[in-house]
Amino acid sequence: MSETVKFTIDGKECTAVKGQLLIDAAADNGIYIPLLCHMRDLVPAGSCRICTCKVNGRYMSACTTPVEPGMNIESNTAELNDIRKAIVEMLFVEGNHFCPSCEKSGNCDLQALGYKYQMMVPRFPYAFERRELEASTPKIFLEKNRCIFCKRCVRLIKDEQGRSIFAFKGRGKTLEINIDKKLAANMSDDLTMKAMNACPVGAILKKEVGFINSIGTRKYDKEPIGSDIEKIHQ
Amino acid sequence: MKDKILSIVENYERDPGRLMDILLDVQKAFGCVSCEAIGLIASELKISEVDVVQTRSFYHFFTKEPVGKYAVYLNNSVVSGFFGMKEVADEFEKQTGIKFGQKTADGLISLHYTACIGMSDQEPAALINSVVFTELNREKVRKIVADMREGKAVEAMFSQYGDGVNAHPLVKSMVKNNIRKTGKVTLGEYTPGKGLAKALNMESKAIIQEVKDSNLRGRGGAGFPTGMKWDFCARENDSKYVLCNADEGEPGTFKDRVLLTERAAMMFEGMTIAGYAIGAKEGVLYLRQEYVYLKNYVENVLVELRNKNLLGKNILGKGFDFDIRVQFGAGAYVCGEESALIESAEGKRGEPRNRPPFPVQKGYKNKPTIVNNVETYCSAVKIIENGAAWYKAMGTTESAGTKLLSISGDCKNPGVYEIEWGMTIAEMLEMVGATDVQAVQVAGPSGICIPPAQFNRKIAIEDLPTGGSMIVIGKNRDLLKDVVLNFMEFFEDESCGSCVTCRSFNMILRKQIEKVVEGHGIKTDIENMTAWSEIIRKTTRCGLGQTSSNPITTTIKNFRELYDKRVKDVDYQSDFDMHKAVAESCEVVGRIPNIHE
Repeated sequence: MSETVKFTIDGKECTAVKGQLLIDAAADNGIYIPLLCHMRDLVPAGSCRICTCKVNGRYMSACTTPVEPGMNIESNTAELNDIRKAIVEMLFVEGNHFCPSCEKSGNCDLQALGYKYQMMVPRFPYAFERRELEASTPKIFLEKNRCIFCKRCVRLIKDEQGRSIFAFKGRGKTLEINIDKKLAANMSDDLTMKAMNACPVGAILKKEVGFINSIGTRKYDKEPIGSDIEKIHQ
Repeated sequence: MKDKILSIVENYERDPGRLMDILLDVQKAFGCVSCEAIGLIASELKISEVDVVQTRSFYHFFTKEPVGKYAVYLNNSVVSGFFGMKEVADEFEKQTGIKFGQKTADGLISLHYTACIGMSDQEPAALINSVVFTELNREKVRKIVADMREGKAVEAMFSQYGDGVNAHPLVKSMVKNNIRKTGKVTLGEYTPGKGLAKALNMESKAIIQEVKDSNLRGRGGAGFPTGMKWDFCARENDSKYVLCNADEGEPGTFKDRVLLTERAAMMFEGMTIAGYAIGAKEGVLYLRQEYVYLKNYVENVLVELRNKNLLGKNILGKGFDFDIRVQFGAGAYVCGEESALIESAEGKRGEPRNRPPFPVQKGYKNKPTIVNNVETYCSAVKIIENGAAWYKAMGTTESAGTKLLSISGDCKNPGVYEIEWGMTIAEMLEMVGATDVQAVQVAGPSGICIPPAQFNRKIAIEDLPTGGSMIVIGKNRDLLKDVVLNFMEFFEDESCGSCVTCRSFNMILRKQIEKVVEGHGIKTDIENMTAWSEIIRKTTRCGLGQTSSNPITTTIKNFRELYDKRVKDVDYQSDFDMHKAVAESCEVVGRIPNIHE
């Protein structure tokens, strides 16, 4: 039998199965903690850091922290929200994001978080890094300018023998997302769509389709990101 | 090529977990890990090519393109800079006709920069085909390059060897130990096997209790109680591993180099005792690539220990089996972080893991693992030999025993000192013969920079903790340019890049400090750096990101006047320098720049 535990987020009593990751437990209790790298049921990456909360007074990423009985969690505070906004701003200055020309506009988690945190002009200087577009595989455009290194594709997209199709290359400032050209050549349409949908931004795009849903009818066009979670328990 | 690569892969039983070793062997054999090699390795290991590239591209000493027949890796750390690195680099460039980052057209020589190679007491230093060259100057560089042109073997370029084991036939290195002060523990008298013999007559629980009672804390810098770590791991019910962290990459640290040279048997003995205490049968020494010159010697020590029955099967007839293998790194500071070290030992990119689970629960190969520093294992041997009370009688109440310091920079006697915890910085400076001191960088770039007003503080875990790096900075140095900027460039290069905040903020902070150093800074830049440093400290996963802003924050706190002097009190100032931007083109066309400001 799995044990049920009680804990609080911003003073609200919550319950979850012991050991469940805080970010999922919060969502199940109707509380949205912002995320970019996390995907339910996937090994946590803990890389975007935007879900940083204060857990019993310590800064922890909610996507890597299992809930324990009596945990006191702070999430929606001015301090943490400013950190989250800073992270969004940082991702905008680090990569090259031109929303109006992006297929993912309206379906993009990064853009949606920019709106949620009312980002105007990033407080950080732009990096203007030159990044490549990798278009040599038959089904995928890999637009490295937009990659935020969430590792979702790295963790999720494997071929039939379990081999990675995506992986990191380099480190630190030379870090980039890399695609295995040999394995990508045999990707099915389904796997390609799975990769594109997993990508929180517009870095992975399926070739030969575009703008199937017009602007105005997309995921975040009508309601801000996180609304679906917050509605559950209203 | 194909046959050679197949035989290398075969040597490691086609185990993707040994990818580091495979890549190291390939790099050594071909001077690079080419795309063709990547394809062969991937298909033999049945993994994707991008996963091989992932590991190759993470480490400094793996290259895609062939390095020169002589590959020069010149250390560009702060202390190297103090003692003439620029002149040495300039002479290399003059003599070879190429710039750093390039290779001569005939493929003979390539020049590269690298981070601290653990020789801060004998800078400027470089690795040439893995052989260490110390105390370089223009004259020596001229001779080295001439020798290269003659095709001399690197080992034949010098005949003077360092002291102690450095002169051993299996080492033959010019590195000096520079042991300036010995204490009772790690550099004191040592009889191989004595501690182990005693340990094997004890209950494993009693060993852990003894280590706990001694208050021994991790000597790599983090200071976690060693006995507690062993206890956590011992409680797990699974096969376990003992890892030794010999990846001392913190610039200014070189004390593990000396232990590996003079106390290798003691370190292995400590690992064996730990193995017996926690119930492990296998150990791994993770040794940084920079110390590969010690490879043959260290591996021979293992052979000797096996011959003496201090390692291997049925150790000392007590029915305990334990063996150790050596795993080399390939140049990545972050692998000094224990979970990144584990990832690297498993053949992956050295990316720190999320916690929980902790390595004591799920570590190497996902089995319970303890990772301790070289000095920690050496200390444990003496604790078992002489008892916790003997050990605790040294040092302070909270920091028991002795500590090895690697002291470098502006002082008369740089080297390794075994001191009791509790010594003040002032006492330390007198000990090393340092006068006219502007600042002391305690614990390396990730530590803190303290001014003379704080020299009465104690070197102790409760006051000024350190993994051993102590850099003395003289009054003649430009603290912000020569030290802080160099440290920030180091962190920018060494971040694994996985956390958004560490990857980006180190780049942003480096740019900000550069702006200030170059005279384009404004007051707001100082406030910004302070505020932004807070964000990175609060949000990154591992110690690298949590401490990488320290060079800036501790100097803003302790040397604010240096910043104030350099910045302008205006609302806005561009960090773009028009004069600098057009200087080159103006020179080419012979025009005087006409810039309106």
